[in-house]
Amino acid sequence: MATSFDVIVVGAGPAGSAAALAVARTGRSVALVERGPFPGSKNMYGGVIYGRILDGIIPNWWEQAPIQRWVTRRGTMIMTPTQAVTVDFRDEGWGVAPYNGATAYRPEFDAWLADHAVEAGATLLCSTTATGLLKDGSRIFGVRTDRPDGELLAPVVIAADGVNSFLAKEAGMYHHSEPKHYTLGVKETIHLGKQTIDERFGLRGREGADFEIMGCTGGIPGGGFVYTNLETVAVGVVLQLPGLASQDKRPEEVIGALKAHSAIAPLIEGGEVVEYSAHVIPEGGMHMMPDLITDGMMITGDAAAMCLAAGIWLEGVNFAIGSGYAAGQAAVEALRLGDVSAAGLEGYRRRIESSFVLADHRKFAEVPDLIMGERMQTKYPQAICNLASDIFTVTNPVPKKGFQSMARAELKRSGLKLSEVGKDMWAGFRSFR
Amino acid sequence: MSEFLPLSFERRMDTVEFRVSERAHITVDGEACAGCSTQGCVVACPANLFIPTSDGSILFNYEQCFECGTCYLVCNVEGAITWSYPEGGHGVVFSET
Repeated sequence: MATSFDVIVVGAGPAGSAAALAVARTGRSVALVERGPFPGSKNMYGGVIYGRILDGIIPNWWEQAPIQRWVTRRGTMIMTPTQAVTVDFRDEGWGVAPYNGATAYRPEFDAWLADHAVEAGATLLCSTTATGLLKDGSRIFGVRTDRPDGELLAPVVIAADGVNSFLAKEAGMYHHSEPKHYTLGVKETIHLGKQTIDERFGLRGREGADFEIMGCTGGIPGGGFVYTNLETVAVGVVLQLPGLASQDKRPEEVIGALKAHSAIAPLIEGGEVVEYSAHVIPEGGMHMMPDLITDGMMITGDAAAMCLAAGIWLEGVNFAIGSGYAAGQAAVEALRLGDVSAAGLEGYRRRIESSFVLADHRKFAEVPDLIMGERMQTKYPQAICNLASDIFTVTNPVPKKGFQSMARAELKRSGLKLSEVGKDMWAGFRSFR
Repeated sequence: MSEFLPLSFERRMDTVEFRVSERAHITVDGEACAGCSTQGCVVACPANLFIPTSDGSILFNYEQCFECGTCYLVCNVEGAITWSYPEGGHGVVFSET
């Protein structure tokens, strides 16, 4: 026998729980369908949650959210196998409310957000996989699940079913995605204990550190990261799929090389790997984004390729929450007006167009391609590290060279043409302006 | 020193909880794989579940799958990998990540 709701949300990650929360708060009935045994059980990430989007949804969320550490130290490292240049920034202000970024274990954080949806009245159905859409022509009116009494009916379905979104694919909403738009993220959680982490990373109390790394993926387009939880450190890499599949180093070997690097090894020495995890990330942004709305359904979060992979900004959870909450509000509005067609659900697009969710993606649409280019991935890290080495290596009795002659020599050594560098700087300027 | 001892792949995977289903959620068509020159899944699968055989085909085990999707996204042969999610409540269960 089929069960009916006003709205069905598939996936209890940040997007789905935010959507269900928005619907439940208006008194509408909403099912939150999760294939894992509990919300967050299928989820991992590369490690910071930016909380501003939560301020308007759960006031003073920081007093109750299961946070590991508040990021007060943010670094960007540029590496070669034997060198590293680090831009290392600290802000004490990030260590007090309302905070900037937080590290968390996603199985805890996602379950916490889902609890808010349940408290507001959402019906959470765990251990339930949505296996397909119920359709009447092009209009979607529910989902099939693998439960014995499996059909769930609703005028509006919100797909928050993650990067592989089989629901969006079944509805024919993906048109532009290619393998190059996806990366594989792999990560080790390494136990070291709080005191050791505080000492090695220069932290106190709940302060945390997050380092993003370029040039650490052995020529595979991608990047790496190291960040602190309370008692553990996470080390991982993000690898573009076609680049990974067309060479012979396995993902855990790429992590192994990063862990052995002289800039990383002392930070994690003696630690014990307590969990290995992997997930695919949609990094293509606007270039891969599916249709967001069809008759009776909206697509949110990773399912809608909402991850922002714009070099210095790597964000996803906040985009998931922002898109999910907007979709929940739009569903309620459409139900009230009695029009759940694609036109009736346009309130979703209107909401995310006017917020960071689509505005940031539009603004930085060209950045992901720029970052994944060969010069950005290997030649610039090499040139920057060599230049730093030239500058800081004292050569006397040979007299010092000027910066200009060092830079010119380095361009030549790295096989970089001045015209290419100029082109990339212009592209970078245009992409980030 | 302990940090330089390589972590065996088996031990690495032992850190992950899997609630294994009776039903395989991924099937691999070995004949289709035999005709594939790239076999990108072999190197890319983070759980190392795709093992090339001497006759050019591929052996596959679904039990320790992260459900990430890498294998079908890098697959070059239409229909070689059939992928769906495991039954509800089964498969990988993360905790400290």
